[in-house]
Amino acid sequence: MEVISPSGPVWLIFLLPLIAFAVIFLLIKPLNKPKLASFISIIAVLGSLALSTWLLFSLLSSPEHELTVPSLNWLVVGGAINIQFGLILDSLTVVMLMVVTVVSLLVQIYSQGYMRGDPGYHRYFALMSLFTASMLGLVMASDLLVLFVFWELVGLCSYLLIGFWFQRPAAANAAKKAFIVTRFGDLGFLAAILVLFSQTGTLDIAQLHGLAAAGVLGGAVLTWVAIGIFLGAVGKSGQFPLHVWLPDAMEGPTPVSALIHAATMVAAGVFLVARMYPLFEHSPTALLTVATIGGVTAIFAATMAMVMTDIKRVLAYSTISQLGYMMLGLGVGGITIGIFHLFNHAFFKALLFLSAGSVNHATGTFDMRRMGGLKRIMPWTYATFLVASLSIVGIWPLAGFWSKEEILATSLESQPLLFYLALITVFLTAFYMFRIVFLTFGGQYRGDTKPHESSRVMVIPMVVLAVLAVGSGWVNVTGGFDQFLGHGEGHSFAQGFFGALAHPLAWLSQVFAAGGIFLAYAIYSARWLSAERIRRRFFPVYKLLSNKYWFDELYENILVRGILLNRFFAGLKFFDSRGVDGAVNRIADTVVTVGQTSRKVQTGQLQLYGMFIVLGILAIILAMYFTG
Amino acid sequence: MGLEIAFWVLTVVAVAAALAVVSLHNIFRAALALILCFLAVAGLFVTLSADFLAAIQVLIYVGAVAVLIILAIMLTREVQRGSFSNRFNAPVLLSAILFLGVAVFAVMATSWPVVTLPPLEATTTALGSELFGEGGYILPVEISALLLLVVIIGAITLVREK
Amino acid sequence: MTLGLEHYLVLSVVLFSIGLYGALARRSAVIILMSIEIMLNAANIALVAFSRYVVPGLLTGQVFTIFSIVVGAAEVTVGLAIIIAIYRRRETIDVTKINLMKW
Repeated sequence: MEVISPSGPVWLIFLLPLIAFAVIFLLIKPLNKPKLASFISIIAVLGSLALSTWLLFSLLSSPEHELTVPSLNWLVVGGAINIQFGLILDSLTVVMLMVVTVVSLLVQIYSQGYMRGDPGYHRYFALMSLFTASMLGLVMASDLLVLFVFWELVGLCSYLLIGFWFQRPAAANAAKKAFIVTRFGDLGFLAAILVLFSQTGTLDIAQLHGLAAAGVLGGAVLTWVAIGIFLGAVGKSGQFPLHVWLPDAMEGPTPVSALIHAATMVAAGVFLVARMYPLFEHSPTALLTVATIGGVTAIFAATMAMVMTDIKRVLAYSTISQLGYMMLGLGVGGITIGIFHLFNHAFFKALLFLSAGSVNHATGTFDMRRMGGLKRIMPWTYATFLVASLSIVGIWPLAGFWSKEEILATSLESQPLLFYLALITVFLTAFYMFRIVFLTFGGQYRGDTKPHESSRVMVIPMVVLAVLAVGSGWVNVTGGFDQFLGHGEGHSFAQGFFGALAHPLAWLSQVFAAGGIFLAYAIYSARWLSAERIRRRFFPVYKLLSNKYWFDELYENILVRGILLNRFFAGLKFFDSRGVDGAVNRIADTVVTVGQTSRKVQTGQLQLYGMFIVLGILAIILAMYFTG
Repeated sequence: MGLEIAFWVLTVVAVAAALAVVSLHNIFRAALALILCFLAVAGLFVTLSADFLAAIQVLIYVGAVAVLIILAIMLTREVQRGSFSNRFNAPVLLSAILFLGVAVFAVMATSWPVVTLPPLEATTTALGSELFGEGGYILPVEISALLLLVVIIGAITLVREK
Repeated sequence: MTLGLEHYLVLSVVLFSIGLYGALARRSAVIILMSIEIMLNAANIALVAFSRYVVPGLLTGQVFTIFSIVVGAAEVTVGLAIIIAIYRRRETIDVTKINLMKW
C-alpha cells in the first residue's frame, strides 16, 4: 500500500470543520456576526470537499484503490495497549467522504436561508461544523476505538441539534429520547469492542480484518462480536426495534434532519457494518441477522409511513425503511450493494427533507392536511420533490432504481422471503411518497397563511441535489462503482443503461411502484376512493399504524415505567437511600457525636494548652534520649 | 573564692526573688521581687565577666521593663485583685518540676566542650567592634532598630483611646 | 569545687522552671508576663555562660544576649499594651476569663 503524499491535507479533511467549529464558538460568536459564522462553516466544508475530491482522484489512479498515511500514537500503554490514531483511505472511506461533504455543503448553504434570523444562528453553524468534522473522522478512522469516539461525537451533535430549539419541550424530549435509545445500541457496540480487544489485543480495523480472514477470530465469538457491532448500527440507523427515536428527531430544524437524520449519521450504522464487513462475512448467523432486521425494518417502517399526517414524519419512516433496504443489501449482497444505496439515498432523501423544509418555510406547518395546491405557488420545490420521490420509488432511470434493483435481485437469490417483503415495500414506498406529493402539491390550498416560493439560497442547493438524485445512480451503470469498491464486471454505459430493463425483475418492481403511485392518485388526487371510508373500513389496522404499533407505549409504560422505574430503579433507590445514604449518614452522625464530645478538650484556657506543650516537649526529649 | 561566694549569694537571691514573683499574692510586691531578680541576674553577669551586659541588664530590665510593668499594674488596678493561681496549679507544678528534673539531668549528662581560657576583661570595646565592625552584626542591629520602631508604633496604636 | 558551666546552666534551668510554672499557673496576665521575663533572663544566663566557658575569646553569646534583651523589651512592651487594651474592654486581665475564641 503506498503512502499518499503529501499526507497533511488528508488530515485537514476532518480538521477543517473542527477548526471552523472552534473559531465560530470562540471567536465569532462573541462578535455577534451571524453571516460570518455561516461563511466560515461553509468555507471549511468546501475545503473538505475539495480535499476529498483530490483524494478521490488519487485513489482512482492508485491500482489497489487504497492509500495510507503515517498514523499517530494515541494511547500507548507499555506493550499491552497500542491505539493508533490513523486514517483508512480506501474506496469506502472516499465514497462516504464525498457523500458527507457534498450533502453537508448543500445543506449548510440551504440553512443560510432556512435559519435566517434565528437567535441560535451561530450555535447552529458551529454544531453543523462539529458534526461534519465528527462524521468525516468517523468514516476515516482506522482504529475501532477512535471510530467509537467519533461515533459518540456524531451522537452528541445529533442530540444537540435535535434539541436545537430546546425551549420547546417536545424538542428537548426528542433529543433525550434519541440520545438514550441510541445508547442501547452503543452498549452493544462497546461490548463488542471490549470483547474484540480482549480476544485479539488490537483494535486496528485492518488487522481485525486480517484476523477474521485468517480464521483466528471465528466461531461463536465472531458471531457475537458482529452482532454487538450490528446492535450499534441498529441504534444509530434507527432499525427495528430501536427505531423509535428517529421520527421524534424530526423536532430538530429541517436541514438538520436532512443532513444528520437522513443522509449521513443514520447511515453511519450502515457504514459501520460495511467497514467491519469481513467480520460479518465469516459469520452466516450475523449476516442473516443483518438481512432479516433490514428487511423487516423496511416494510415495518413503510407501513407506518402510510398513515402519518406530518410530512417530516412520513419522511422519517421512509428513511428508516430505506436504511432497512441498505441493511438488507449488506446482509444478502455485500458492501457495494448496501453502500451504493446509501450513496444514492443520501442525495434524494436530503433533497426530500430540504423540499419539505421549503414547504414548511412557506406554509409554517408540517401538517399535510393544511397544505395542498402548492404546485403552482412553489414550482421549484414541487419539481425537486417530484424528482426525489420518483428516485426513491425507484423509477427507471433515476438514481434509486439502480441501487434498489441490485438489492432486490440479490435478495431474490439468497433470501426469497425477504425479497417478497422488499417488493411489497416498493409498493408501499410508492404509495406514501405520492400521498405526500398529491396531498401537498395537488388540489387546493387548505392552510390560512400566504405561501410563497423560497429564496434562491434555498432553491439552488435543492436543484443541485435534484441533479444528483437523478444521476448519482449512473456511476454504477457501467459497473464502475462496484469495481471501485470491490470487484465486478464493467460494461459500456448504453449496455448497462438499457440492459437493466431487459431483466424481468426490473419490470416487476416498476409495476409495483406504478401500482403504489396509482393507488395514491386514486385516493388523494382523483378521489375515486375515499380515504375516510378506507380508514373506517380498516379501522383496527389504521389505529395500529397511526399509533406506531404502540412501540412508544410499550417502551415507555412497560419497559421504562413498569420494569425500570418501578422495579429496578425503585430497588436501586431503596438501596441508595437506605444502604448508601444510610451508611453515610451513620458515619456522619458518629463523627458529629465524637466531635461534640471531643471539642470539650478545647477549653479556651491557653495555659492548659501551654502545659500540654511542655509535656509534649518533655516526651520528645525523653524519646530522643532513649532512642539514642 | 570571692567569685564563688558571690555566685552562691546571687543564686540564692535570684531564685528566691523568682519564687516570690510567682507566689506572692500582692502584685506590686511581685513586681518589686522581679526587680530584685533582675538585679541578681545582673550580678551573675558580672561573675561571668560580662560587664557591659550587666550594665544594660540594669538599664533595660530594671530601668525600663520593670517600670513599664509597674505602670501597667497601676493602670489596670490589679493590686486590689491580687495574684491567684488558676485551676491547674497542681498539674502545672508537677509539669514544671518534671521539666526541671529532665533539664537538670540533661545538663549533667552532657559533656560540655569546656575550654579553660581566661575570659576577656572590659568587654565593651570588643562588643562594640563585634556589633558594628567589619564582618559583624550590623544587619541584625538595623533589624532590631526597625523592630523597636514597629513595637513603639504598635504599642501606641493598641493603647490609644479611640 | 570551682565554678563551672554546669553551675550556671543548672541555675538557668531552675529559674526557667520557676518562670514556666508562673506563666502557666497564674491568673493575672501581668504576672504571666513577669514570669516570661524570668524565663528570658534564665536563657540569657545560659547564653552568657556558654560564651564564657565554651568560646571565651569570641563574645558571640554576649552579642546574642544583647539581641535577646532587645527582643525581650519589645515583647514586654507589646504584651503590656495588649493587656491594657484588653483591660479597657473587659475590665479584667484574668486570662482564664479571656476565652471568647474557644469553640
